[in-house]
Amino acid sequence: MTTTDWPLWEVFVRSRRGLSHTHAGSLHAPDAELALRNARDLYTRRGEGVSIWVVPSSAITASSPDEKDPFFEPTADKPYRHPTFYEIPEGVQHL
Amino acid sequence: MATAAAHETARSQPSGAPESADDSTAEFQRAFDAAVAADERIEPRDWMPDGYRATLIRQIAQHAHSEIIGMQPEANWITRAPSLRRKAILMAKVQDEAGHGLYLYSAAETLGTSRDELLDKLHSGRQKYSSIFNYPTLTWADVGAIGWLVDGAAITNQVPLCRCSYGPYARAMVRICKEESFHQRQGYELLLALSKGTPEQHEMAQDAVNRWWWPSLMMFGPPDDESQHSAQSMAWKIKRHSNDELRQRFVDICVPQAESLGLTLPDPDLKWNEERGHYDFGPIDWSEFWEVLKGNGPCNEQRLSRRRRAHEEGAWVREAAAAYAAKHTTGGPGRQSDVDGTTGAHHAANANGENVNGETGAKRA
Ligand SMILES: [Fe+2]
Ligand SMILES: [Fe+2]
Repeated sequence: MTTTDWPLWEVFVRSRRGLSHTHAGSLHAPDAELALRNARDLYTRRGEGVSIWVVPSSAITASSPDEKDPFFEPTADKPYRHPTFYEIPEGVQHL
Repeated sequence: MATAAAHETARSQPSGAPESADDSTAEFQRAFDAAVAADERIEPRDWMPDGYRATLIRQIAQHAHSEIIGMQPEANWITRAPSLRRKAILMAKVQDEAGHGLYLYSAAETLGTSRDELLDKLHSGRQKYSSIFNYPTLTWADVGAIGWLVDGAAITNQVPLCRCSYGPYARAMVRICKEESFHQRQGYELLLALSKGTPEQHEMAQDAVNRWWWPSLMMFGPPDDESQHSAQSMAWKIKRHSNDELRQRFVDICVPQAESLGLTLPDPDLKWNEERGHYDFGPIDWSEFWEVLKGNGPCNEQRLSRRRRAHEEGAWVREAAAAYAAKHTTGGPGRQSDVDGTTGAHHAANANGENVNGETGAKRA
C-alpha cells in the first residue's frame, strides 16, 4: 500500500498581468500536467493568479546559506551603485 | 555556488554542519540564537538545533493532520445541507481545509521528513491530530458551531503563528489565516439564521453550542503549568503566547458574539471581572481532554479508520498517475525534451547567466 512520494514541484504564480511570477509554495505531483492542475486547485482557489509555472524542485540551484557572506560580499562595499550616494546641489531638478 | 539540491527541502540536513568541531557548533548556535533574538526567520537550509527541528516537525505535522482529519466531521453534512447556497459554502470550506493540510505538509517536509512518512505516522497513530475532531457532528447546527467556535479558536491560535520564527511555517500560516476568516463567518451566519428561526431551530443551535463550547476551550492545550513544551517553544519563538493567554483571549471574544447570536455559553461561572479586565470562566474538565487524546473519544476510531480507508482506496489513482508519468517521461521531472513551450523569461535569464527570482524558462504543459 505504500507508495513512494511523487516528485516535489515549486509553484510560481503571476497574480495579475504586468507582475512577475512569485513563489507561492510547493506540492507533489507525478508529472508537470498534474502539477499544474494541483497548483491551480491549491494556490489559486480565490482568483490569486492568471498564470502558473511549476518547476521540479530538483531543477533549482540555490546559493548555500553557509557561504552567505563571501557570496554576497562584493555588493557591500559599492554604495555608489545607489542614487543616494551622490551629492547634488539643492534646487537642481529632474535628477 | 552550491550545486547541492537546491531549494527548500533540507533532506540532507544540516547543511553546513561541521564534521565534529564543537567550536563550529557553538558558532552555529550563536548565529541561530542571534537570528531568533532579532526576530529574523529561520529558513530550511539554515543550521538549527535538533530540538527545534523535532519540535517543529511534531507541531506542524500535528497541525497538518488536524486539517485533514478535520474535513470529516463537516463533510458528514455536505449531502444534507439545507440549501444549495449552504452546500456550496460547506464544500468550499472543506476543500480549504484540505488545502491547509497540504500547505502544512509542505512546510513540514522542508525540515527533512517526507509526505509518505507523515501520512504513515498519522495512519499508525504515532502522530496526533487535534482532539476536537473526535467529537461527532450530530445536527446541521454543528456545522455552524464548528465554524464559529472551532475555526474561531483555531484562528486565535494561528494568528500569532504567522510570526513564528520558522519561515515556511509562518508563510503557510499567513495563507491559512486569510482563508480562515470566511470559515468563521459562515459558521456565525449559519448559527444566527438558526437562532432567529423557529423555536426548534433555535434549540438546535443552542444544543450545538452547548456541546462544542468546552471542547473548543480545550483546543488551546493544557494549562500553562502542565504544558510540557510551552516554555521552550516560547523561547524559540515558535509560540508567541501561552495556552492560557490565548484561551482567555478567545473567551473574551466569544462572550459578546454569543450575546449577539442570542445564544448562551454553557458555563454558569462565566462573568466579567472588572479587576482583571477579562471574563472569568469555570474549570475545564481536563480528564475528558486526556481521555480523548488517548483515543477514547466518541469518534477516534471512526476518524482514523476512515482516513486509512480513503488512503487505501485512492492507491490505484496514485499508481495509475505514477505509471502514466513514467510512460510519458524518461528522465522524470526536469528532463529537457519538447522545448516548444519555453517562455521568454528563458532568454532573459540566459543573457547574463543568472537566475532572477526563479525566472528560468518554464515549460508549458
Ligand atoms: Fe484550516
Ligand atoms: Fe477552517
